[in-house]
Amino acid sequence: MRAFTQHTGLVGPIDRANVDTDLIIPKQFLKSIKRSGFGPNAFDELRYLDEGSPEKPNDGRPLNPQFPLNFERYQGASILLTRKNFGCGSSREHAPWALDEYGFRAIIAPSFADIFFNNCFKNGILPIVLPDDIVEQLFAEMYAQEGYRLTVDLERQVVVKPSGEALAFEVDEFRKHCLLNGFDEIGVTLRDADKITAYEQARKKTAPWLFNFGA
Amino acid sequence: MAGKTLYDKLWDLHVVSQRDDGSALVYIDRHIIHEVTSPQAFEGLRLAKRKPWRVDSVVATPDHNVPTTRAERASGIAGIADPTSKIQVQTLDDNCEALGILEFKINDQRQGIVHVVGPESGACLPGMTIVCGDSHTSTNGALGALSIGIGTSEVEHVLATQCLVAKKMKNMLVRVDGELGLGVTPKDVVLAIIGKIGTAGGTGYAIEFGGDVFKAMTMEGRLTVCNMAIEAGARAGMVAVDATTLNYVKNKTFAPKGEAWDMAVAQWRHLHSDSDAKFDEVVVLNGALIEPQVSWGTSPEMVLPIHGVVPNPANEADEVKKAGIERALKYMGLKAEQAICDIRIDRVFIGSCTNSRIEDMRAAAAVVKGRQKATSVKEAIVVPGSGLVKQQAEAEGLDKIFVAAGFEWREPGCSMCLAMNADRLNDGEHCASTSNRNFEGRQGYGGRTHLVSPAMAAAAGIAGHFIDVRTMGEV
Ligand code: SF4
Repeated sequence: MRAFTQHTGLVGPIDRANVDTDLIIPKQFLKSIKRSGFGPNAFDELRYLDEGSPEKPNDGRPLNPQFPLNFERYQGASILLTRKNFGCGSSREHAPWALDEYGFRAIIAPSFADIFFNNCFKNGILPIVLPDDIVEQLFAEMYAQEGYRLTVDLERQVVVKPSGEALAFEVDEFRKHCLLNGFDEIGVTLRDADKITAYEQARKKTAPWLFNFGA
Repeated sequence: MAGKTLYDKLWDLHVVSQRDDGSALVYIDRHIIHEVTSPQAFEGLRLAKRKPWRVDSVVATPDHNVPTTRAERASGIAGIADPTSKIQVQTLDDNCEALGILEFKINDQRQGIVHVVGPESGACLPGMTIVCGDSHTSTNGALGALSIGIGTSEVEHVLATQCLVAKKMKNMLVRVDGELGLGVTPKDVVLAIIGKIGTAGGTGYAIEFGGDVFKAMTMEGRLTVCNMAIEAGARAGMVAVDATTLNYVKNKTFAPKGEAWDMAVAQWRHLHSDSDAKFDEVVVLNGALIEPQVSWGTSPEMVLPIHGVVPNPANEADEVKKAGIERALKYMGLKAEQAICDIRIDRVFIGSCTNSRIEDMRAAAAVVKGRQKATSVKEAIVVPGSGLVKQQAEAEGLDKIFVAAGFEWREPGCSMCLAMNADRLNDGEHCASTSNRNFEGRQGYGGRTHLVSPAMAAAAGIAGHFIDVRTMGEV
């Protein structure tokens, strides 16, 4: 997995609450058996004026001029600023894949849905929870100032504003560790293979019916 | 020391090792797989030259992409018109064959929606930890299991290690006291719960559903409620094991038999929260006050009793919420303060992992029996959740009742729940749907979904608009 340590980038908005993963990447794009190719269809229904499909080239599709991420000033945004419960709904990891490919390295919101939150970490994207009023403030500053950039420092667990003010955020120790190091989590878990086997042996005695499935 | 909750017990039973950083390695008993979220996980395994840890814990079935008309299904995978869908279903077959994973293939009698197939086959049992790369995996918690939806990276992780790295969630009890009124169903109960706590109300929690209403509820009803725990933000929903659970599980194909059954039951009997267990949060509803529900907006929390009126954004003080209501009204093509009963519908969808079990089929059939679909309703489709549900329904003659009423009887799959196959809404159409998500575009580009119970969907199909099924006379 790609590591995340520090990132400075332009901030772009999705100014609404409860953005679901269907909205982040609509179902017709989930038919792919690959991990890549989703970027051009991130937020497809908000971003374009017509209906997208995996067969349709995205170049030349009419862009929705009302969609903020299409605005000139947000081109190249790599930090997404949004509202509560971002990423709710479907567990599709295609959502973080699409956001990653779009260019987002970090997402700031007052809260995230659990599965999406988890999926971000697996893909080197850092979801950052900040209190409501601070998110509100960031929105105001971003709207007021073109080219508004933030620095995210995972090691120190702070978001640094242009003014130099540092906003602290929480992150689970184990998630931070994996992300900082870009660890292959499967590899880490397999270091405990003995423990898994020992657990399995014990369970086979107490709950044998769990181990003869399909027999 | 306080007693344990059901979730505490299930968690403790499966911790392989507790790590210093607060995470734990949790053993997974059953892994269920479908075609959409697994290909990249299998690919990841291959690239890393890893083997699955324990193939005999896995069961697979294609559901999201499969067509639901008989003509298309007759020729199996070859009958899938969409080439990308076809590749995805074929890839599942190929991966399962290569690794020796048990799969209920497209035209196997046991095929169906993953969350219907798991419990009905006995692949999912009380006391298990169950995962699937699908958020509605919470469904299986109804059996008294810890069942959670995971992403594709985690699918790969569980395939390779049989474990999940997780942090323990908090405990929430949602208690519904009293008794439900006639014509009020488990779907109405869960919609009312989501209306109360909101789509983020359960975030970070495992929810246990308790109280008289759940004690009296059938297993299929409990599956419906736990299915939508994720719509309240909770990765896991669950109900304590009782006689209803045991009666349901007994004699299922993959359930333990004989001595193993007795041994299992002796353990399963403890799968309930202790009387002195401590919950971090308790939410209480009065079952007698719950009415048939209809969602009006683009989030499952935007839901109202059938006799309600759509909210007026002018009355909302919170700016973010106000903007949300305005956007939802616009998307849904509704006016502020419009009566729910006045919403006309274009299509009916009865199906999905929320409501496609035999009791759902019966409830819908009871409403349409001897009646006719409104001519203004373009299409009403009934999609059983699995081949076995379909077989049972046909044995009871339910298919004939639907067809006589002008409803279509389809082959099992996810169908119009998310419109990955040909079943979908057209731009601007309103649908009375028994599924679980009314998100923008979920059932088709520009489609407008209203979440309801099977009885209410059937009633809307007959009336052409939403109607209180309790006023339709004998049902
Ligand atoms: S029926 Fe709908 S919600 Fe259930 S698994 Fe299929 S697509 Fe997902």
